[in-house]
Amino acid sequence: MQITVTVNGTTHTSDIEPRVLLADYLRRILGLTGTHMGCDTTSCGVCTVLLDGKPVKSCTVFAVQADGRAVTTVEGLKQDGSLSAVQRGFKQEHGLQCGFCTPAMMLVATALLEGNPDPNEDEIRWAISGNLCRCTGYMNIVKAIKWAANERKTAEALPGQRTVSLAEAEETQEVTA
Amino acid sequence: MTTTAEPGALSTPESIGGIGHSRRRVEDERFVQGAGHYVDDITLPGMLHMAILRAPMAHARLVAIDTSEAAALPGVVAVVTGDLLAQHKLAWMPTLSGDTEAVLVTDKVRFQGQEVAAVIAEDPYIAWDALELIDVTYEQLTPVVTPQQALMPDAPLIRDDKEGQTDNRCYSWESGDKDATDAAFAKADVVVSLDTHYPRSHPSPLETCGCVADVNGVTGQATVYMTSQAPHVHRTLFAIVAGLPEQNIRIVSPDIGGGFGNKVPIYPGYVVATAASLLLGKPVKWVETRTENLISTGFARDYHMHGELALTKDGKMLALRVKMLSDNGAFFADAQPTKFRAGLFHIVTGSYDLAAAHVVTEGAYTNKAPGGVAYRCSFRVTEASYLIERLVQNAAYELGIDPADLRMRNFIKPEQFPYTSPTGFIYDSGAYATGLRKALDEVDYEALRLEQDQARAEGRLVGIGIASFTEVVGAGNHKDYDIAGLKMFDSAELRVHPTGKAILKLGVKSQGQGHETTFAQIVANELGIPAGDVTVREGDTDNTPYGLGTYASRSTPVGGAATAVIARKLRDKARLIASHLLEAAPQDLEWEPGRFHVKGAPDRGVTIQEIAFAAYTNPPDGVEAGLEGVHYYDPPNMTYPFGSYVVVVDVDPHTGQWHVRRIVALDDCGVRINPMIVDGQIHGGLTEGYAMSSMQFITFDDDGNCIGSNYMDYMIPTAWETPRFELLQTVTPSPHHPIGAKGIGESATVGSPAAYVNAVIDALSHLGVRNIDMPLTPARVWAAIQSSRMR
Repeated sequence: MQITVTVNGTTHTSDIEPRVLLADYLRRILGLTGTHMGCDTTSCGVCTVLLDGKPVKSCTVFAVQADGRAVTTVEGLKQDGSLSAVQRGFKQEHGLQCGFCTPAMMLVATALLEGNPDPNEDEIRWAISGNLCRCTGYMNIVKAIKWAANERKTAEALPGQRTVSLAEAEETQEVTA
Repeated sequence: MTTTAEPGALSTPESIGGIGHSRRRVEDERFVQGAGHYVDDITLPGMLHMAILRAPMAHARLVAIDTSEAAALPGVVAVVTGDLLAQHKLAWMPTLSGDTEAVLVTDKVRFQGQEVAAVIAEDPYIAWDALELIDVTYEQLTPVVTPQQALMPDAPLIRDDKEGQTDNRCYSWESGDKDATDAAFAKADVVVSLDTHYPRSHPSPLETCGCVADVNGVTGQATVYMTSQAPHVHRTLFAIVAGLPEQNIRIVSPDIGGGFGNKVPIYPGYVVATAASLLLGKPVKWVETRTENLISTGFARDYHMHGELALTKDGKMLALRVKMLSDNGAFFADAQPTKFRAGLFHIVTGSYDLAAAHVVTEGAYTNKAPGGVAYRCSFRVTEASYLIERLVQNAAYELGIDPADLRMRNFIKPEQFPYTSPTGFIYDSGAYATGLRKALDEVDYEALRLEQDQARAEGRLVGIGIASFTEVVGAGNHKDYDIAGLKMFDSAELRVHPTGKAILKLGVKSQGQGHETTFAQIVANELGIPAGDVTVREGDTDNTPYGLGTYASRSTPVGGAATAVIARKLRDKARLIASHLLEAAPQDLEWEPGRFHVKGAPDRGVTIQEIAFAAYTNPPDGVEAGLEGVHYYDPPNMTYPFGSYVVVVDVDPHTGQWHVRRIVALDDCGVRINPMIVDGQIHGGLTEGYAMSSMQFITFDDDGNCIGSNYMDYMIPTAWETPRFELLQTVTPSPHHPIGAKGIGESATVGSPAAYVNAVIDALSHLGVRNIDMPLTPARVWAAIQSSRMR
């Protein structure tokens, strides 16, 4: 069946089988391989993407459920061609090792900070508790998200250097897949 | 004699970024943009997809298999069975520990989840659909699900495929001196014993195993993109298994989403996909599901352990006696040096100066998935470390001596290094008492003991657990260590280009350890070329020198040493070129980071970049052009990282739930190349140790059904449960390593389980509780509290 999905600001119209998972749609049909697959059972969270700004595990969402909606993947995190505060935080605080869970962690962090610009440690840990990491032990992920929160606050305090919000970055272009 | 130093002064400025700088990781730039390149991200033109049909029961004869309906499904290209592979002599393959393993079942199923058939289709969804259409007739056999059962005289024979195999014994091994140990035990005032099971666990990296096999039907060139921690070894094994000329095989291990030992063995899926690509002339992709990963690929641990520690009444440890029985599953399929069938002997006596030890280990075949890999440890030293640290704590209770004090009395002393252990291994360096003291001070140990007494008086349960572990990493030397006969050296090839930029190619392979960052720092340290000017390449067998790969924390001890040595060789050559450029004798030149100058005339110098340019444009007479070289490093000994971990827990007496209040981890891994990355490795290890001690295990029912086949049943800690870690360090360089480094990837996984468990046991010690088998689930802890009250 035909679906129209806006992914990272670009609108794609595709004809797909109803059973195709959103993760497979993104990875195999759109070629956006930054979204990973880790367990196929909604447990590990490495397939997390933002659907209309909210984190979902794309291995348990059908692509058809995204019809008419907006998806953000890791490929859409950059703002004005530069790494977002969350992306820079993960680099700065060594919030990743093998990198497999990282795209999903950063998307969850981005959604968290949109709703709660100044989260405390427990709020951060709770927010990422649907996402497993086997390498880092989470401590540096927490630090990375705190770093990003501070960075965003500083950017807002400095006129003219304000970080572009996700919504602004997602101005859509019409493209048909 | 061991010298322990505070972290040393940096030998290079930040602009060069050599050893000791917490350089931010080079690889992160692509990972944070979703531009990592993992196996499943690879798509080749005309690529087909493979799915594997797995056996639903643990032990069964394969009676018939009908693939006609599956083969007829539109989109299915081929169905591969064991019989088809047998026609090509590919139905069985050798393992990395010298056993054999079925690729696809031809005779009988030996574990639940074993590979029975494979479908190759144009689309992965169609491949999965077709699996449902394969009709297999099995004749059920009695499953053997424990090693004790396996060794009973009337147990069904699992490996009836092996000539001369008459029982389910997999291996027997012995180490140490039995007579000396018996004599020491005869003189002991106290003997403390412990029986415990180190449960089956699974490394379970978040990326499962998989490959894209691309055999070119015209040229015969086989390229296999593969989740491999050891691409060169895998290439050689592929050549042997498939009978392909090795020069036509290229293994590419791209970005790896975690390994932890899981990606060392060769799995049937790799072989079937490659065979299918060979037969069909098209690329074939195979990527496991999580359930397939958990039920069929290399598990870890599963040792039934009996330990006895002999002591005098004033707390002098005399001797250790150990008997172990391991559950190896249906095939002995981990990577194990020929000389050490069970490993673990190296540090079985831990950090303590014992006069004698005797260890007997036996392995049994069972109807379970093959293994067991060394999950984030070298040759299963995790089990050995756990046993001695648990025994020491119980001995302290028995003698009425404080557990920290008992350790202090028995540590190997700094002046005893190099220290030959009772099992004959040579510890390179250590400063155990210093480390433990530092960790105890950090938690204010004495105050905690007082608090514990107070808490008990109030009916609360507080426990303090210590583990002062010694680890062993960095195999070889080549005389004693091999994988499938391949000697355990490792390699580095360094090419300094005319513009002074360099590329370093390695025989090891990162799975998240940050080699692209840290190995460049070694070159920067030795040659003064800024780390940012050094690109690190690994994982592609066509473009890197032969090496044994990354596991057992061997990258820094062996590959890192190879890197330092080749950089030094190039520096020696650079001195000759500098001498030519400066018109001064080589011995009159002095090295400073990135530059040679004439002694006494610091203005008269040339930079490494100028030297590199001259190496290609103006080489001196009698000196080969270029500034390139390769080194194969054969370590003179293993390295012995160590540490002391102190865990403080609060246990709820009503529910058995325990909470880590503090964990202070002191690690000594010798010289730290990148302190930030070292800390990250320790965090990860402490988390996996917590996982094993608290929740993570795979078990089976009486029929051999795997309980733990998904992340609902196989519990991995999330950010919510994982404790907050406090890290400390000492630096005791390895005396035989070129840069004094020891390796850190596994210390915390090896050392921490005993610290967590000791803490919980300590909380219950006044109730007479001396052991709870891992994982210490609330139910098990609660049951131990209840049964102590019945006593």
